[in-house]
Amino acid sequence: TTLFRSFCSRTATMVFKRYVQIGRVAYISFGPHAGKLVAIVDVIDQNRALVDGPCSGVKRQAMPFKCMQLTDFVLKFPHSARQKCVRKAWEKENVNDKWALTRWAKKIDAKDKKSKMTDFDRYRVMKAKKMRNKIIKHEMKKLQKESSKKA
Amino acid sequence: TTLFRSPATVSKPVGGDKNGGTRMVKLRKMPRYYPTEDVPRKLLSHGKKPFCQHRRKLRPSITPGTVLILLNGRHRGKRVVFLKQLASGLLLATGPLVLNRIPLRRAHQKFVIATSTKIDISTVKIPKHLNDSYFKKKKLRKPKHQEGEIFDTEKEKYELTEQRKEDQKMVDSQLLPLIKKEPQLRGYLRSTFSLSNGVYPHKLVF
Repeated sequence: TTLFRSFCSRTATMVFKRYVQIGRVAYISFGPHAGKLVAIVDVIDQNRALVDGPCSGVKRQAMPFKCMQLTDFVLKFPHSARQKCVRKAWEKENVNDKWALTRWAKKIDAKDKKSKMTDFDRYRVMKAKKMRNKIIKHEMKKLQKESSKKA
Repeated sequence: TTLFRSPATVSKPVGGDKNGGTRMVKLRKMPRYYPTEDVPRKLLSHGKKPFCQHRRKLRPSITPGTVLILLNGRHRGKRVVFLKQLASGLLLATGPLVLNRIPLRRAHQKFVIATSTKIDISTVKIPKHLNDSYFKKKKLRKPKHQEGEIFDTEKEKYELTEQRKEDQKMVDSQLLPLIKKEPQLRGYLRSTFSLSNGVYPHKLVF
């Protein structure tokens, strides 16, 4: 149905929301710089972009689009701007803090923590979940009882 | 010009008429016997040490005070506190008894998972008489009677001795306050380890 919608009224719903553009901040999903954020500085050809991550420890380099996942953040700098300009734009937008607040970054962090759990941690998580579910069930039963009394 | 070397020959006087008064005698003579093998043959038992002289290794992840997960025996899946490695290479561990009914017991290093949870055991004194001979299973073998008569060995059932109870109490009384200090550690030692769907041991971090 979304495809039909986009044919009918192209302006209303676009299939793609994030575009590769100068200043687009991307998350690197695999490779030597996996897990870092970079800004697209220029497009080299169909498969590669010139990319720079001054505030995330990625040197200015060519990077294939395949390993980049676009985020919602776009910075303002002209194409082929030098690292100093990219850094200024990055810090002006405060991308690092905004990224840490997104659900995406929080999910990555949670997955990372889960994989590092030790045996003792797993036990503690089990106990905490049990306690929480008990409280929830208790409240649910109370509400059910009240509603059944009314009916 | 030749380098000076210590003299290889010496002239010694020789008796006898018309012998030419001296002989040149070599100071460093050739050997009079050559063994037929260059290196003496090694004994068949070469490099084979008896068990008591074997080199015992301990995995670096196992240190005194580590919580271990037992994988075999009647206590499989239970979590246990490691005390020390005995002379035979087996690990001495205790439940403690009040938490999971595991007494002072030996465990094999290969059949144990070492977790990263550690208790500081430096203040715990383990009595010196707890060694392999203390824990070894006792067998009474004196069948001077006919074989047809006696088929049940004299000590089939294990009997708890008072000494075991005392030693258990002595070690556990030092361990339990240390365990109580760490929150939830008591419950952790009481629980057992098990696998379930989607849990792969090679992916787990212990």
